[in-house]
Amino acid sequence: MATSVPTSSRRKTGRRSPLASVALLLIGLLATGGAYAAFTTSASASTPASEQAQVSEGKKLFEANCATCHGLGAVGTAGVAPSLVGVGPAAVDFQVGTGRMPMAASGPQAEQKPTQFTNTQIAALAAYVGSLAPGPAIPSADSLKGGNVSTGAELFRVNCAMCHNVAGAGGALTEGKYAPPLTGVTAKHVYEAMVTGPQNMPVFNNLNITPKDKAAIVAYLQYLDSHPSPGGLDLGNLGPVSEGLFVWIFALGAIVVVTIWLTAKPN
Amino acid sequence: MPVGTAVVLPDSEQIQNPGFPPYRPRVSDLDPKKARSNERRIALLFAASMVGSVFAIVAYIVFPINANDPGSIRLNNLFLGLGIALSLLGIGIAAVHWSKALMEGHDLSEERHMTRGSEATRASAAEVFHLGNKESGFTRRKLVRNTLIASLALWPLPGIIIFRDLGPADQDANDVLRHTMWKAGTRLTKDPNGVPIKASDVTLGSVFHVIPEGLDDREDALEQKAKAAVLLMRLKPEDLHVSKGRENWNYHGIVAYSKICTHVGCPVALYEQQTHHLLCPCHQSQFDITHEAEVIFGPAKRPLPQLPITVDSEGYLVARSDFHEPVGPSFWERDHT
Ligand code: FES
Repeated sequence: MATSVPTSSRRKTGRRSPLASVALLLIGLLATGGAYAAFTTSASASTPASEQAQVSEGKKLFEANCATCHGLGAVGTAGVAPSLVGVGPAAVDFQVGTGRMPMAASGPQAEQKPTQFTNTQIAALAAYVGSLAPGPAIPSADSLKGGNVSTGAELFRVNCAMCHNVAGAGGALTEGKYAPPLTGVTAKHVYEAMVTGPQNMPVFNNLNITPKDKAAIVAYLQYLDSHPSPGGLDLGNLGPVSEGLFVWIFALGAIVVVTIWLTAKPN
Repeated sequence: MPVGTAVVLPDSEQIQNPGFPPYRPRVSDLDPKKARSNERRIALLFAASMVGSVFAIVAYIVFPINANDPGSIRLNNLFLGLGIALSLLGIGIAAVHWSKALMEGHDLSEERHMTRGSEATRASAAEVFHLGNKESGFTRRKLVRNTLIASLALWPLPGIIIFRDLGPADQDANDVLRHTMWKAGTRLTKDPNGVPIKASDVTLGSVFHVIPEGLDDREDALEQKAKAAVLLMRLKPEDLHVSKGRENWNYHGIVAYSKICTHVGCPVALYEQQTHHLLCPCHQSQFDITHEAEVIFGPAKRPLPQLPITVDSEGYLVARSDFHEPVGPSFWERDHT
């Protein structure tokens, strides 16, 4: 009805003004091609000297530590490592910041391990890869705050829980790959994983899950971290696997012990 | 001459029933002091049971369930449970201990009864039936007997009708299973907020969880969602192996597949963006999205149905039609329309 007040935020045909679609179109254009043009043409002209220094520092680090696999200029090596042109600073910050890169050995999946670079070095590497072509940026600290926990929980259940488990405990994928547990992962890294889709994780760009909704998911994960299971022992939150094993061992064990006691001769 | 291979022992070598081993007196049989201490122990267990019962009641009052604090449920359950466990285990353990330590301890065996009754018992049972028949007139009064049988045959019918009514009343159930909410032109919208999706929103490697536009306005939204849920992915167009007749079902590498597993209907949504495999969490069926979701592992028998999609004049993704086959697990009438 034309007279009714819209109560939800959804876009519906017929309610949108023609200007809105123009605006949307503009935003879409700006976000893709426009940003690309703006970034590449003005990068060398307006970048302050300190940023230039950071980029060249990053380039040196990259050539020493990453180029063996990812190639000079980060163009990748077929069958070994993907091109990093356009993956953006967020991908570098995530992969190097969580210790997944550089990879210790090739395997089904790059494992998380202690970081091998200092924060300044990671920033330099990220700046260098970011200078090759535009890509997702490292989120600002502010954009990670203030998310709505219950919105986040709903979005998490729809988009993330099938792989990462509803309590963020992680889970198995195919052929040795797995979705890692999300407990204790920093807000920044969670956000970066969503925008860049590391390894086999799909990408959740800002049009799929808006930055505000991403902050909500972050808030939900932080809530899980700070609110341990109200039911007591959670057995790793792995559901029927760990719970079944527990019952199998302890309940059956107790029954066996009682049976032995019942039939033993008294002394 | 015996022909079989069975070994027949002469009578002298038949194994004799050795009987019970000699009774070994228990300490409580020999020493009255030990017997008394056992008695005390049993009484103590019964007393513990009493304590447990009282404790359960006290705990229930002392640790109330507070609606705003899930932790309070845990405390309440924990102590209530401990109390009840003590009260029952106390009785049980005491009873077993009593019988083992103090009650008469000699072994005894009980003979199995004959299963067939004696001739006299059998005759008197038959007599009872004849008498019943004579007194009630069950075989003589045919009308009464037949109406009794008919009424017994009819009484389960209300139950059957009620169960049948759990299914759709005014539609053919087969038809309901065969079709979903998707129609030509239905927009693909995001689960859960219903925001329509533009083709340009779906970047390479993305996955969107999709519901049909207008789902939440339906009274039967959950039933509809159970059939219409879709997973949207974008692959490089050259990675897709498209079979004949499906050329225009994807939009520049954007493909939509039913999220309902063809095995027993779990939501299949574990998408690996590099291998393009889709994994069902319930029984590990794997579907290869590059080959039109064909089954490459696991118990599922059929590929996930593909939803043909395109874009409308405003750039939003829309369905070209409903699925071309029923989604989800098999059902009896699936293959004959
Ligand atoms: S329901 Fe998907 S494999 Fe069984």
